[in-house]
Amino acid sequence: MKRRDFLGGVLSGTGLLGLGALLAGLTRRRVRAEGTVWQIDPWKCTACGRCATECVLEQSATKCVHAFELCGYCQLCTGYFEPQPNRLNTAAENQLCPTGAINRAFIEDPYYEYTINESLCVACGKCVKGCTMFGNGSLHLQIRHDRCVNCNECSIARACPAEAIRRVPARQPYLYKTREGPA
Amino acid sequence: MIPVLAVQRFPPPQFTETGHLLPPLTGPLSRALTLEYLDVAVLLGALALAAWLALRQRSRNWLATLGIFSLLYFGFWRKGCVCSIGSIQNIAQALGDPSAGVPLTVLAFGLLPLVFALLFGRVFCAAVCPHGALQDLMLIKPVAVPPWLEHGLRLLAHTYLGLAMVFAATGGGYIICQYDPFVPIFRFSGATALVVAGVALLVVGLFIGRPYCRFLCPYGVLLGLAARLSRWRVRITPDTCTQCRLCEQSCPVGAINPSTLDAPVRDAAADKRRLVWLIALLPVLLAAGLGLGGLAGTNLARRHRIVNLAERVHQEDLGLAADTTDASAAWRATGAPVADLYTAAQDLRRRYVLAGRLCGLWIGLVIGLKLITLAIRRRRKDYEADQARCIACARCYLYCPQELRRLGLPVPEAPPSALEGVVASDRPQAEAQSRS
Repeated sequence: MKRRDFLGGVLSGTGLLGLGALLAGLTRRRVRAEGTVWQIDPWKCTACGRCATECVLEQSATKCVHAFELCGYCQLCTGYFEPQPNRLNTAAENQLCPTGAINRAFIEDPYYEYTINESLCVACGKCVKGCTMFGNGSLHLQIRHDRCVNCNECSIARACPAEAIRRVPARQPYLYKTREGPA
Repeated sequence: MIPVLAVQRFPPPQFTETGHLLPPLTGPLSRALTLEYLDVAVLLGALALAAWLALRQRSRNWLATLGIFSLLYFGFWRKGCVCSIGSIQNIAQALGDPSAGVPLTVLAFGLLPLVFALLFGRVFCAAVCPHGALQDLMLIKPVAVPPWLEHGLRLLAHTYLGLAMVFAATGGGYIICQYDPFVPIFRFSGATALVVAGVALLVVGLFIGRPYCRFLCPYGVLLGLAARLSRWRVRITPDTCTQCRLCEQSCPVGAINPSTLDAPVRDAAADKRRLVWLIALLPVLLAAGLGLGGLAGTNLARRHRIVNLAERVHQEDLGLAADTTDASAAWRATGAPVADLYTAAQDLRRRYVLAGRLCGLWIGLVIGLKLITLAIRRRRKDYEADQARCIACARCYLYCPQELRRLGLPVPEAPPSALEGVVASDRPQAEAQSRS
């Protein structure tokens, strides 16, 4: 029995050393003190709308956000209005957004400001598509970290056809669009 | 088609009249790093407590309580992510791809239970893993699984581990997370098929102790390997074993190796012949694994999005596919040269073939060694917990009359009635009857 205990001790010691070696090998370059979260690279996003449906949450963790510094404050916003709207007003039939999640406010002639009501947004990407195709592309999609449960494998990242979703450092969890363009 | 780079078609206004300021663009922060470290601290505390409760206190009730805590904290509160089972994929990816990093917290989740398994056996499974705790709660009437089925089904877990490592190390995704049956239950949302699978496993788990842990869990394979070497381990009896056979049927996961004192006498020469044949079979199995693994690797590579995309683009360029998919359209919009895509795909396919071969070797080795160990006759005086399979749930302790004496509890004369109808014996029924 004593010999067995000794052998067991030697083996478990070897195992611990092995784990230690694995740890040391990883630590050399690959271990990061900081965690990561998932984020959409808006410059790669094609607004296909899969974020709205593929997230493990019943209501996707993705929402539309607005980079105001890129926005042209257009009166005829192609992210806000249906193609060929009847009138340029806030009536529901003129709006592109299926849930009416974009607020349109007059600032000064001829500029209007568009803000996203995140509680209504379903991340369908319709406004993003409209704004990027015909406007400045200031509306874009981002994963919101009050909602995201940070799955080890993000299911919208798996479904994304443009490979736009990647892990980013948790300290800088957003990849907002800026005037400087893609980083 | 959306242009990938937006253009400033409309210059941003100056707001000279009103002096309007642009609203700030902010978003809710991600979970604080201190909270991530708190998770690791809770894991460490729970592991230490589980080891103490299982090996020192020998208390089933307190272990079950700790299991409920782990289920609530790691399961329903932390939504099952990141878990130790999945974290081995992050480690494999970091090992396979130098550019991929692994966060310290994920590494801790992956390695701490293994370190504890090396020292104390599978105490992680006992009361720290939320998957195990959930199934443990559902277990009402364990039925023994025949040994041939038990050993056969356990190969599923080894295969699952091998495949998961292939996909993780090549960057092809985390299949353990993708097909996890219980995390959708923790989140109260998820793919229908997975919720059905999870509920089905729980229903099966009413009668078969911990089906996921025993037959599917890839991390359990690693923990079992580590637990074989464990320094301190579950001992059914606190004193000397009297071969009373009361504990024989107490284990819900079939991890008690019976005493061989009264086992039927076998033909030693035939045993030896069989052993020689099985040892000779091992290189054959390894070679078969190597060959089949390489073949499988080529096919598994198709699951990788880059390989898939390259094949699609190739088909479109040859005119075999009329339209574009979202993925190929997005790739074409980037204007990247097609040669780069093909090179990347070929490189990936090579890595898949290598990983597939290693996986095939692993599965061949597991099958070969399993056959050999099953053929080796072992002499065992006492009833002992199998180090690799025992999940340290502490159920067997109270079946041991020596334990009851230690605790000062009344020792029943006959086996408890709850055991009737549970068939766990793999020896001839007639022999058991002749004994009683």
